[in-house]
Amino acid sequence: MASDTGNRTSGYRPDDEATQPPYLYAAYRSTVLRSPSRPLIPLQQTLSEITGPIFGPGDVGPLDYDLTRQHSGQPLGQRIIMSGRLVDGDGSAIPHSLIETWQANAAGRYAHSEDNHEAPLDPNFTGGGRCLTDAHGHYRFVTIHPGAYPWGNDPNAWRPAHIHFSVFGPAFATRLITQMYFPGDPLLPFDPILDSIPDPTARQRLVATFDWDTTEPGFALGYTFDIILRGPNATPIEA
Amino acid sequence: MSLPTTASQTIGPFFAILLPLGSNELAPPGTPRAIRVEGCVFDGAGTPVPDALIELWQASESGQHALTHDETFRGFGRCMTDPDGRYSFVTVKPGRVPGWDERVQAPHLSLGIFARGVLKRLSTRLYFPDEAAANASDPVLSGINEANVRRTLIASAVGPRRYTFDIHLQGDSETAFFAI
Repeated sequence: MASDTGNRTSGYRPDDEATQPPYLYAAYRSTVLRSPSRPLIPLQQTLSEITGPIFGPGDVGPLDYDLTRQHSGQPLGQRIIMSGRLVDGDGSAIPHSLIETWQANAAGRYAHSEDNHEAPLDPNFTGGGRCLTDAHGHYRFVTIHPGAYPWGNDPNAWRPAHIHFSVFGPAFATRLITQMYFPGDPLLPFDPILDSIPDPTARQRLVATFDWDTTEPGFALGYTFDIILRGPNATPIEA
Repeated sequence: MSLPTTASQTIGPFFAILLPLGSNELAPPGTPRAIRVEGCVFDGAGTPVPDALIELWQASESGQHALTHDETFRGFGRCMTDPDGRYSFVTVKPGRVPGWDERVQAPHLSLGIFARGVLKRLSTRLYFPDEAAANASDPVLSGINEANVRRTLIASAVGPRRYTFDIHLQGDSETAFFAI
């Protein structure tokens, strides 16, 4: 029954509820039948929660970070460079950690058989990316600005342009899927998915920042988006 | 310093455009003692959920969680539900893992559920029906007082090394979900 916990934390801090959406948010209609009606059962974290899947260089292809070079030609749309830092709640870098992204094309259409939006597919764009953060927690993707698209939440509902981010961090407890939005998008105040987050500053943190420093002359606009995962408890576990 | 965690958002319906990283076969075909776990995800109206992602995290047969990416058994699996809301995993039954207060946990699979209409991950556990003694002393299971809630965490045996485990997001049969 020995287990090598090393310097592993004794667990991860709970989130401030205002910074996370509830399960039931009726304005986002799909939550009505898909949200649990009983409160979550508190679980004191064990090794099953404070360990988690670990990915390595062999899991990521050399061009997986560049969504504009996954086909024979270039995708249509405004080229952008998405970069940022993955850190924990103490501000410490989370190195060598998997980040996955997926998004619609420039016309607002996903390369998915269930997307019925009558906007064109782009033969040069699939819309999926992945990379590992570097030793300092930095990540970088090259892609195109996704389009907004209509959805069925109400008769004239439109999702603001967004990129889905899936991050793992060090533990099963730190797993997070979120969406990143673009500054100045007129649809942001009308999106019930974004609006489900109670704290307005937490909503604002999902909006990327336009950034001259990462904008590449003659090539692509730069946006930055940092991701913060749950911080570790202070007390180390007893070996 | 304590920074607020980035807010969760729904996975939405189109995650599958990502080429899969992580499969639902954690144990290659022919692995001795391989088990199959399958089930259906239902919403509160009893309708199957055809666009859920189930993620699995577990210890090895000897009760060790992988701590690096190059271990033989990595313990991570993923399965999208099919048009009928069904998922399956082929894996090995995990060993027992330490809990707390010197109490050892019963063999279990940790599951995370993402779907359109689910704004943040739902976490649950699958325990095995043929581990009655271990289940009775499991610190997590035994901390749940209501028998009907506890029961939602125990798979059904449907054949040799074959188990079913349905996940009900809401309703009378609602699966027990944890705040981890």
